[in-house]
This record gives sequence, C-alpha cells and structure tokens, in this order.
Amino acid sequence: MDAARVIQARGLTKVYRMGANEVLAISEISLDVEPGEMVAIMGASGSGKSTLMNILGCLDRPTSGEYLLAGTRVDKLGKNELANIRNEKIGFVFQTYNLLPRTSALENVELPLLYDRTGRTLPTRRMALDALERVGLGDRAAHDPSELSGGQQQRVAIARALVTGPSLLLADEPTGNLDTRTSLEVMELFQELNDGGTTILIVTHEPDIALYTRRIVELRDGRVVRDVPVEKRRAASEDVRKLSAMQTAGAP
Amino acid sequence: MRTVTLIRVAGRSILKNKMRTLLTMLGIIIGVGAVILMVAIGAGAQKQVEDQIYSLGTNMIVITPGSTTQSGVSQGAQSFNRLTVEDADMLREQSFLLSGVSPVIVTRTQAIGGEGNWRCFVFGVHPDYQTIRDWGLESGVFFDASDIRAMRKVVVLGKTVADVLFPDGDAVGQQVQLRHVPFRVVGVLESKGQTAEGSDQDDIVLAPYTTVQNRLSGRMFIAQILAGAFSPEEIESAQTEIAAILRESHGLGSSEPDDFTVKNQADLAEAAQETTEIMTILLSAIASISLVVGGIGIMNIMLVSVTERTREIGLRLALGARGVDVLTQFLVESVVMSVAGGLMGVAFGFAGSALLGAFTGWKTVISPATVLLALVFAAAVGVFFGYYPARRAASLDPIEALRYE
Repeated sequence: MDAARVIQARGLTKVYRMGANEVLAISEISLDVEPGEMVAIMGASGSGKSTLMNILGCLDRPTSGEYLLAGTRVDKLGKNELANIRNEKIGFVFQTYNLLPRTSALENVELPLLYDRTGRTLPTRRMALDALERVGLGDRAAHDPSELSGGQQQRVAIARALVTGPSLLLADEPTGNLDTRTSLEVMELFQELNDGGTTILIVTHEPDIALYTRRIVELRDGRVVRDVPVEKRRAASEDVRKLSAMQTAGAP
Repeated sequence: MRTVTLIRVAGRSILKNKMRTLLTMLGIIIGVGAVILMVAIGAGAQKQVEDQIYSLGTNMIVITPGSTTQSGVSQGAQSFNRLTVEDADMLREQSFLLSGVSPVIVTRTQAIGGEGNWRCFVFGVHPDYQTIRDWGLESGVFFDASDIRAMRKVVVLGKTVADVLFPDGDAVGQQVQLRHVPFRVVGVLESKGQTAEGSDQDDIVLAPYTTVQNRLSGRMFIAQILAGAFSPEEIESAQTEIAAILRESHGLGSSEPDDFTVKNQADLAEAAQETTEIMTILLSAIASISLVVGGIGIMNIMLVSVTERTREIGLRLALGARGVDVLTQFLVESVVMSVAGGLMGVAFGFAGSALLGAFTGWKTVISPATVLLALVFAAAVGVFFGYYPARRAASLDPIEALRYE
C-alpha cells in the first residue's frame, strides 16, 4: 500500500434520535484526503458539516460507514481508544480558541503532551516552545491568554494543535471570531504550514476563506454536493500586504 | 498523566480561585481542628485519670470480698465478708509470684495530738503496704515486721493528718491518741494527692494491723488485701495464683463461684477510663459532624467548578484526555484541597489545645496517631465528596462540553 491517505471515508452516515423522530445529519458521505492537502469544508448551518467534522475528528462515531484515519480503522473504536487517536493523530483548532485562562501560552501548548500515553518520556517544554516558535510566538511563551490579541490567541491554539505532530489539523471556523486582517494572517500561517507538508481541513462558511485552500468540499442537507479543486489559490501573504498598503494610502 | 503533573495541575487550578478555595477549606480546617482539639481534651482527661490510678502503686493487685449466694439468692457484693488476716498470711506463705501482701483493716476515729484533733481513717497494714503502694516517706521510718509481731503502738501519718496535727513541723517522735490509746509517730508519708474519685489519699493514719486489731476497739472490717506482683507481665499469673490459694483456703468446691474479687490496676483504670472514653467519643463525634459538613462544602464547590469548567473539560477530552484522566484531575483537586485544609486544621488544633491548656489548666494530649487519623479522615472526606462531581465531569460528552456556553 502506498503512503496511507490521511482520510479515507466510505458511506459515512449519522442518524440522531430525537424522541420518536430520527434525524439524518449526514448521509453516505465518502471523502478521501491525501497527505499535504488543504481542504475547505463548506456549507450552511444545518448542512451537516459540524457532524462530519466531529466524526472526522474522532469526537463522535458514525452510525454506519467506514472511516480510516492515517491508515487506522477508527469508526468502531471505543471511547478511550478514540481519545488516544485524538491525542496522537489530530490537532484541533476552534473558533473560540479554547485556551485555558490564567495559564501561560507555553503551558497551554504543552497540554496535549500531558495526555500522551505512548510511554515515551517527552521533552514537553522544549516541544511546546518549538511549536510556539513555528507560529511566530516564541517570545510570548510566558504570557497569559488575556495578555494576547485574538490573532495571537488563535496562533497559540494552532501551536497547541501542532505540538503532537498530528496527521491532520482540523480547524473549525478558525477565523470566525477574527477581523479581516487577522483572519488573513491566520490563513497565511495555515498556508505556510501546508506548504511545509501539514494536512489541513478547515470547516468554514466564508467563501473568501475557502479560496485560500486547495480544494473545496460543499455539503448540503448532509450530502456532498460539490468537491472541486481551487483553480487559483490565493496567497494570503500577498493579500495581507495589499491590505496594509491600502490602509496606509487611505490614512490622512 | 504523571502523578506529579496531576498534583501540579490540581494545585494550580485550586490557586486560581484563592478566596473561594480558602472558604471551601475552612469547613475542613474547622472540622479537623475541632477533632484534634476534642480528642486532645479527652485524651488529656484520660491521662489524668490514668496517672491517678497508677499513683495507687505499681503492679498492685487488690483483693476485695465478693458476693456469697445463700440458697440460690445472691446477697450482693460484700454481703458476707470472708476475707481474713489469715488469708493474707496464707498468701504470703504460699505464693511464689507476689512481692508482698498486706491486709488493710479499716476503721475511722478521732486522732488527737499536737495542735488539736482530726477525724480520719486508720488503716491497719503490714509493712509490705509501703512497697506495694510505692509510697515514699517524707520523714522518719515505716514500722517493720517486729512492730507487727510485738503489736507496737506506732503510727505513720499521712501528709494531711501530719499537717493538721503538727502544723509547725516534724511530727516524728510525737504522740497521737487513737481511741484513748497513745501511739508514737515514727514516720510521715509523702503526699500522693487525690484519687480518681476525688478523695484525699493523704488523709490517713497507718498502723501495724496486729495493733489495730488488738488495741483499738470499735467497728472495723478488713476492706481489702493488697498484693504486689514482681513485674507488670506477671500480674495476670499472680492473680490466678491468688485465686487458687484463696479458693483452697475458703474450701470452695469446683462448682462454687469465688467469694472474693481479684483486680489489678488495669481493671480499675479501665472502669475509670470508661467515662472519659465515652466523653472523648462523644466530643469527637460532634467534631466529626463539622468535618462532614466541610466535605459537603467541598462537594458543592466542586460541582460549581465542574459546571464552570465544562468547556475546559471538553477541550481536555478533545485533546486526548480519557474519562479517567478528567476524573482523576477533579478527584485530586478535592483531595489536595481537603488535605491542605486538614494540615491547617492540625495546626489550629495544636494552637487551640495549647491556648486551652494555658487558660483553663486542663491537661491536653495530642498523639501522632490522632493527627494521622484526622488527616486520613480529611483525605477520605475529599475522595468521598469529590467523587460525585469528578464522576460528573468525566462523563461529559466532548462535543456538548465544547459547545457549552
């Protein structure tokens, strides 16, 4: 077998039971993601993208279907095994950053390493500092989240997602709470990481953001209605520069 | 997660809310402090009683008249006094395990001499009495075996009696009249203070038992025979020996019960300690209630904490924490809180009992076992009352916890 696909999903279906009714959240979704891809999952609310993300993130199990994450079959695993998979193979980035308050950036980034169960002795401090340097915040390691801007907080969260060296970076509306400029900066970071080989899956409802990825998967009513490559990927770094130029020009 | 990391994480999250943590711990602090203080008071009282009992003498065995049964009807204790001076003699002659034996013949009379008169107990005893009761002399000598044989009219005065009759000083060589019989004072006993029941042990006059029997008239009875064992280990076998000798001397058949009772200090101490023990148990039970109330306080705060930190729990679960990791985290938090409270409580207990001792003069005793027990109990309270909130945290669904507002 060639290098394992990061995601190989076949016929994923999730049914929620609400009292007597059964709600079909996603239906027969099949999706392949190769290493090094950067994919945007789009869709209106209710389209099933959260459900899909929860299943792909191993936070939930599909009612039926088959899911291989980096070569490991995970759709039938128990709670604790899923926790292990999440720790080893997935890095989460959330819309609201979800950093621990009153805890330094360094310790926030260190957190996933504390749940490592492979029995290795890890230089957790060193690894956390490296991850912070990768997102350009090596000098803010001792700062509390409350002392950082929104963009910086999201960068700390990205460092936390990277620190375990996961197969897949899963970002749920990562720019949802950020202004245009900071959003572009975060996308610039994602593009840098992707150019470095990191596989990234971004769930978003903003078409602008999706244009910075390489592929767009669109959901509607729990099904994939569009799966296309991005013809001309925008470079976030350029757009950041343009924005700066515009703001300087507009200033009196 | 490693234990050290766990405790560090727990410690940090406890310190994030200093005021709340302190107030929560206050329940445990007061609880443990109260338990330590109450047990200290109880143990102090017990110690005091014990000291008094053992001031009676070391290795002492007391033989008292027992009950007799006539035609199947028990006549009750001391109904028919069959203890005799001959019993005491027989014990002295036949036993191997006794260091000394002395009958105690008790009468009560007016002692006249020196500055005035004083009504007190007169004990007719053997010289062994002094060694059995381990009673030193302040001045003079104790009468000896030749005084017993010759029925000499000599007495040894208790401290209280000596002080009343001869307040100016040495009573030795002076005369004291007991029931119109003149006695010569040969010695004065050291003060022994009060008994556990509160009677003055020094309010006493000791005379040779032969003299008391033959020279003093009036009502008298042999209250007890005192005997001494050579060592504490031998007390029990000495008691068995005494019983065997006395049964034979009294001609008791194998089916007949003893008509005497043989007790040692441990038995006496036990009886006296029962009261103080009940007091200790009662006090510490009341104090334990405050410990339980403190535990409920911890549970309450932990439940609030779990709700407040739902998103944090969701995040930890998403990052790969298992249910058991979250359970342990919260459990360690509550145990760290209760043990820290316990340690502070111990400090307060020590300070409290020192203060109490200084102000009231009560004796207080804090043993390491009490401290350890209180701490273990505090930790147990932490586990018990922390488990339910921790269980709740661990069973959260990561998706819903992450979405929680």
